[in-house]
Amino acid sequence: MTARTASQEPTTSGWQQWAAGLLRQQGALIALIAIFLFGVWRYGENFTSEFNLWTLLRNNTYFGLIALGMTFVIMTGGIDLSVGAVVALTAVAAARLSGEGLWVAVAGAIGLGLGVGLINGALIARFRIQPFIVTLATLLAARGGALNLSNNASVSIDFNSNFKDLWRTNVGEVPLPVVITAFAFLLGSIALNLTRFGRHVLAIGGNEEAARLAGLPIARTLVAVYALSGALAGLSGALLAAQGNTGSPIAGIGWELTAIAAVVVGGTLLTGGRGSVWTTLVGVLLLGLIFNELNFERGKGTFELTQYWEEVIRGAFLLLVVILQSRLTRRASASTT
Amino acid sequence: MTDGERDLLLRMDGICKSFPGVVALDNAWLRVGRGEVHCLVGQNGAGKSTLMKILNGAYRKDRGTITFDGREVDFHKPHEAQEAGISTIYQEINLVPYRSVAENIFMGREPRRFGLINWPRMNREASQVLSRLGIQIDVRQPLMKLNVALQQMVAIARAVSFQAKLVIMDEPTSSLAEHEVATLFEVIRGLKAQGVSVIYISHRLDELHQIGDRITIMRDGQTIEERPLSEISKLEIVAKMLGRELDVVQQAGATGFRKRAAHTDGEPLLEVKHLRRGRVLQDASVSARPGEIVGLAGLLGSGRTEVARAIFGADPVDDGEIRINGQRARFRSPADAIRAGIGFCTEDRKSEGIIPYLSVRENLTLAALPTLARNGIVDRARQREIVDRYVRLLGIKAASAEQKIRELSGGNQQKVLLARWLCLNPKLLLLDEPTRGIDVGAKAEIQKLIDDLADAGLGVLMISSEIEELLEGSDRITVMRDGKTVAEFERDEIDQRALLTAMAHGASAEQAEA
Repeated sequence: MTARTASQEPTTSGWQQWAAGLLRQQGALIALIAIFLFGVWRYGENFTSEFNLWTLLRNNTYFGLIALGMTFVIMTGGIDLSVGAVVALTAVAAARLSGEGLWVAVAGAIGLGLGVGLINGALIARFRIQPFIVTLATLLAARGGALNLSNNASVSIDFNSNFKDLWRTNVGEVPLPVVITAFAFLLGSIALNLTRFGRHVLAIGGNEEAARLAGLPIARTLVAVYALSGALAGLSGALLAAQGNTGSPIAGIGWELTAIAAVVVGGTLLTGGRGSVWTTLVGVLLLGLIFNELNFERGKGTFELTQYWEEVIRGAFLLLVVILQSRLTRRASASTT
Repeated sequence: MTDGERDLLLRMDGICKSFPGVVALDNAWLRVGRGEVHCLVGQNGAGKSTLMKILNGAYRKDRGTITFDGREVDFHKPHEAQEAGISTIYQEINLVPYRSVAENIFMGREPRRFGLINWPRMNREASQVLSRLGIQIDVRQPLMKLNVALQQMVAIARAVSFQAKLVIMDEPTSSLAEHEVATLFEVIRGLKAQGVSVIYISHRLDELHQIGDRITIMRDGQTIEERPLSEISKLEIVAKMLGRELDVVQQAGATGFRKRAAHTDGEPLLEVKHLRRGRVLQDASVSARPGEIVGLAGLLGSGRTEVARAIFGADPVDDGEIRINGQRARFRSPADAIRAGIGFCTEDRKSEGIIPYLSVRENLTLAALPTLARNGIVDRARQREIVDRYVRLLGIKAASAEQKIRELSGGNQQKVLLARWLCLNPKLLLLDEPTRGIDVGAKAEIQKLIDDLADAGLGVLMISSEIEELLEGSDRITVMRDGKTVAEFERDEIDQRALLTAMAHGASAEQAEA
């Protein structure tokens, strides 16, 4: 019963540890900067133009919002597969409501997403069903709901209403969707780091039994996390409808996987208990930037790439980053035990 | 007894194994004869499981030799050991519940004809293997339809069908009812009659003499004793497991506890009467007054941890009553118990205590979070103030309050977990093995702290496997065995022999021993 301490492992030099630590914690950020600099070098002013950069940011806001919600879900050790379908459902709903004005349409979309999220959370927390299964079921249901609500056709927005301003307004230089998303990330970071809710999220993901024995409200926290994810997917759906002037029931297919990818590339553990909101933002930007640069590359005509090949390249890159990260994490944990 | 007289099937010598930070086995040895039922006992962490995992190839040994069936072996993978004739049956049954009995027995080596599975032959052979163990069941039904005991028989049948020469059974009876145990013993005797050896790991002392031929006792990674079971009493087994010399007068001052004035008066703070839950709690009663340290003694599986979990609302109970300050309480969740002023330091810090990736600050204030927030925002200033106070008060050694708790030593982790409850000003503390796996210095500090807490008026229920800790720290000791409270001793009537006897036999059997 007495644990005798064995000799410590040989320690690596301080410099190596520092470099490994930086790579581990900020690996995605370093990759982001490197890929950005590559773009500056290769594509020059077209790439660094204000137009390109603002467009790049704005076109990733809807991914950013669902990835933000996904970050919280994954930090509890769960997963939310329904967000892509919820984006479609709420985009259709926002388009249908657009005649009632911007606020009604956005509130309706967020409310609908919140509703789906509450159902997810209640099923997961009360009946203890695997999040994977529950959200797979609501994915199917939400997709079906979107097809029903739209009669299986894209729903055009009301062009007389101010709904389209959601996408087109600028606050100073900054597009409104970017402002909204930045604000959401700021609130998300505050919620994670400064509120009781955020600390509960990390504690549950880190060790659910210990959290339960410490008297934390497990069920309530889980419901809140999935509700948040659903609401953010609703906001994302409203943005998407405003961008395309339509609500399409087949939009958002596979977006849940893009969001998961962004979260994981950022360095949040899929098993829960560890993560950050900002690294998810970095993950979203990283995936968006690769997409953007592939477009430039196609524009240069260096190689003939269909969009399908781009998907393959993005997949390969994702794997590369994740493999790198898991190797670094393993090495780091080997040196601390 | 020399080895020359026994026909040895297995001989393990000088086995050493370290894990990062811990020496698990230190020159352990084990000798098992052919057709022998060999019992292997020891407290949690004594090294039995590690020794078995080295034998069956799940772990690699650092040093030592293993001779099996006349040749030296060193299995790198479990299936190598299986091919050589060593099969292991684990506590949790490692079979596939949805597949048929026959498929489970032959999984991975299904008889085939023309590349397809030969179902008639597989079913026929599965029936044969089972009937050799005296079991007659339909082998085509899914395994999950059988009760746990029969599932275990299927696991044994699988082992036997590998032509096993040695079957390792790791606590096979822990989930079996009385009559099912009898069936298992029949099967074990049948194996023995076929010349198969059995290593039988159990913490149910009553079973050992019924089924075993010889016993090996382990403690702290070492082999302490090997003897025929006919030559050793239950009391001696318990004493050896816990590392006690029966007739040596106990030395005072081996722990950080000091002799406090006994608190024998006052209204009880906690009263637990006739608590029942499934098979693990059959009739448990315990009580504690403010300012009193009550030791809860018992071997593994005696139900002592389950009592604490039931009081804390972590597990539901079937029957019985719990009173706090005379008020009847039934907590539906730990959160309820915490609000009623109870704290619970669990036995397994890693899986039930710490949140590894969070900081000392966050771990320390985890249970206080509900009271530490204003409008949902955590009051960092107050949080830091609490953390600073308890870090100083308990002498927690950490680089800073922001250090991840997983990087702290066991003793400092335990102090953080104690502080998690202390900062809530509890009335009652449930401590499950508060000093396990902690170095000697920190151990004495924590024991002194427990004393101070009791002096300050807290009621403490202290579960411990360490006899010294119980004898020196407790004002009163309650002894549990097989889910029942079997004895209670006041401070001045506590003596080591009586305590060990109660743990081994239950109090009523004391005369039988004499």
